[in-house]
Amino acid sequence: MMPAWLASDWTIPAGLDDFLWTYGHLINSLGINGLLALSMYVVLAVGQLSLGQAAFMGLGAYSSVLMTLTLKLPFYVVLPASCLVPVLFALAVGVPTLRLSGVYLAIATIGLGEVLRALYLNVDVFGGALGINGIPERAQTWMIFGMLILALLGLWLVGRSRIGRAMEAMREDATAAAVMGVNVPGYQLGALVASAVLAGIAGCLSAHQSSFIGPNEYGFEPAVTILSFALLGGIGTPVAPVVGAWILTLLPELLRGFSDLRLVFNGLIIVVAVLFLPHGLLGWRMRRRAA
Amino acid sequence: MHDLRAGPYLCLVPRTMLAQQLVNGVLLGATYALFALGFTLTFGVLRVVNLTYGFYFTAGAFLALWLTRHLGAPIWVALPVASVGAGLIAVVIDFLLLTRLRRKNAPELASLMVTIGGVLALYAGMTAWVGPDVQRLPPGLISAEAYDIAGLRITQAQILILVATAVLVAALLFLLRGTRLGLALRAMAERPDAAGLMGINTGRAAALVSFLSGLLAGAGGVLIGLNFNAIQPFMGESMMLRGFVVIIVGGLGDIRGALIAGLLLGVLEVLTAGYLASSLKEAVAFMILVAVLWTRPQGLFGTSTVRRA
Repeated sequence: MMPAWLASDWTIPAGLDDFLWTYGHLINSLGINGLLALSMYVVLAVGQLSLGQAAFMGLGAYSSVLMTLTLKLPFYVVLPASCLVPVLFALAVGVPTLRLSGVYLAIATIGLGEVLRALYLNVDVFGGALGINGIPERAQTWMIFGMLILALLGLWLVGRSRIGRAMEAMREDATAAAVMGVNVPGYQLGALVASAVLAGIAGCLSAHQSSFIGPNEYGFEPAVTILSFALLGGIGTPVAPVVGAWILTLLPELLRGFSDLRLVFNGLIIVVAVLFLPHGLLGWRMRRRAA
Repeated sequence: MHDLRAGPYLCLVPRTMLAQQLVNGVLLGATYALFALGFTLTFGVLRVVNLTYGFYFTAGAFLALWLTRHLGAPIWVALPVASVGAGLIAVVIDFLLLTRLRRKNAPELASLMVTIGGVLALYAGMTAWVGPDVQRLPPGLISAEAYDIAGLRITQAQILILVATAVLVAALLFLLRGTRLGLALRAMAERPDAAGLMGINTGRAAALVSFLSGLLAGAGGVLIGLNFNAIQPFMGESMMLRGFVVIIVGGLGDIRGALIAGLLLGVLEVLTAGYLASSLKEAVAFMILVAVLWTRPQGLFGTSTVRRA
C-alpha cells in the first residue's frame, strides 16, 4: 500500500503551507542574496573590487521583465537571456578599467549604479519612479536554489582547479602572479563577466518572484549590502559569502525593531570586517592538491 | 532623490540662449570643480579613494540648514562655519576609519572598502536621525532677485557661488604652491615614506588634508543646497557621480585637471538639459567617464600612469 503522503497527489501539508506562505519570500531572498554574494565573491577572489553587483542585478531584472512583458518570451528563454545586458555593461566598464589600478573599476562601477538609477527614473520604458508592476511570478523557489547550488558547485570546481590557484595568486600579489605567467587581465575580465552573469540571473529571479521592480532597489545601498555579505562571510571558499548573505538576510528578521538601522549595521559590518576581520567569519581556504 | 532638475536655471531654458546657458553651466561647473577638488586632493596626497567624502557634502548642507534655521545666521556666516564644521567632521571620520590601515600600509582597495561601509552607515544614520525628506533653507536667506548684466540673468546665489569658489580655489592653490605646508603635502603626494623620513609629521598632514577636503566638500554642499534649495541626507551620494567623473576626466590627483573638468562637466550638463533632455544629464556624465577610461585613462591632462606588471 502506498504511504499516505505519496497517495495524496502532492498537496503540501497544511502546516508547511502556512510556513511557506509566511516565510516563502524570505526563503527566496536567502537564495537570491546567496547568488549575489557569489557574484561579489568572484570579483573579490581575483583581488578586484566591483560595486556594480546591484547595477548588474538591476540590468538583469529590467531586461528580463521587459522580455517577459513586452516580448512575451517564456521564462526558460528569459532566465538565461537575462545575463546578456549585464555582461555587455560589464565589458564596457571592465575592459578599459582592468588595465588600470583597482580603484578605477570600483569608481566606474559605482558610477554605473548611479547613472542607471537615473535612467530608470527618467526613461518611460522603465516605469520611472513607480517602477514596473504586475510581473508574473514565474521564478519558483526550486529554481532559485537550483541556480544557487549550480553556481556554488561551479565555483567550487573552478576554485579547486588551476584557475582557482591562479585567482588566489593574483589576489595575494597580481604582479608576482603575472610574472609567473598568469594572464591577470584575462582572469580579471572573466571574473567580472561571471559576476555579471550571476547578478543578472539573480536580478531576473528576484524580479519574477516579487511582481514589482523599482529604480531604488539597485542603487548604492544594495551594492554596499552585497559587499557586506561577502566581507562578513569571507572569500576563502564560495560557501563563506553565502553564509554571510544568509546571516545578514536573517538578522533583520530577528531584529525587526531596528529596521531603520539595518543599513547602518551593514555599513559597520564592512568597516569592522576590513579593519579587524580580514578573512571573514569563515576564514579557511580551499584545499588543493599540490601541482 | 536629490533632483538637480529643480534648479533655478531651468526656467531659462525656453529662451535657449546659448550665452545664458554657458554662464549657468560655468557656475554649476564651478561647484562641481570645488567639490571634486577636495576629492582629488585626498587621493593625491593620501592615496585613498575616500567615499565618505560625499557625506561631508551632506554634512555641510545640513550644518548650514541648522545654523540658518535655528540660530538665524545669515548666509555669509553659515557658509564658512558649516564648511569648517564639515572639515572637522572629516578629520574625525578619517581618523576613525583610516589611521589603522594607513599605519599597516594596507592596499588601496581595503581603504576604499572601509570608506564604502563607513559612508553607508553615515548616510543611513543621518536618514534615521533627520528623516529622508527634502528640507529647504529658510526663505529670504539670499535674495531671489537677479541682476541683468549685458542681457544675462545672474542670481545672487550664483554670484555667491562664483565668489566663494574663486576664493577657496585661490586659497588652496596658494597653500599648496606658496607655503612650506603645501611643500610638505606635495612631498607626501610624491613619496609618502620619504616625506616621513624628511621629518614631515605624516599623521598631522593627513589630518590637515582631511580637514581641507571636508571644508571644500562642505562648502560645495552649502552652495549646491543654496542653488537648488533641496537638502537631504543622500544628496552627497548623487554628487559623488560628478566627483568621480571630474577626477577621472581631470586625472586622479590632478588639481588643475579637476578644475577644468568640473567646469566642462557643468557646461555639458546644462547644455544637455537645455538642448536634449534633462533626464540624460547623468547618462552624459557617465558616458564621458567611460569614454575617457577607454581612450585616455590617465585623464585628459595627465601623463600615463598605467600600471604594468
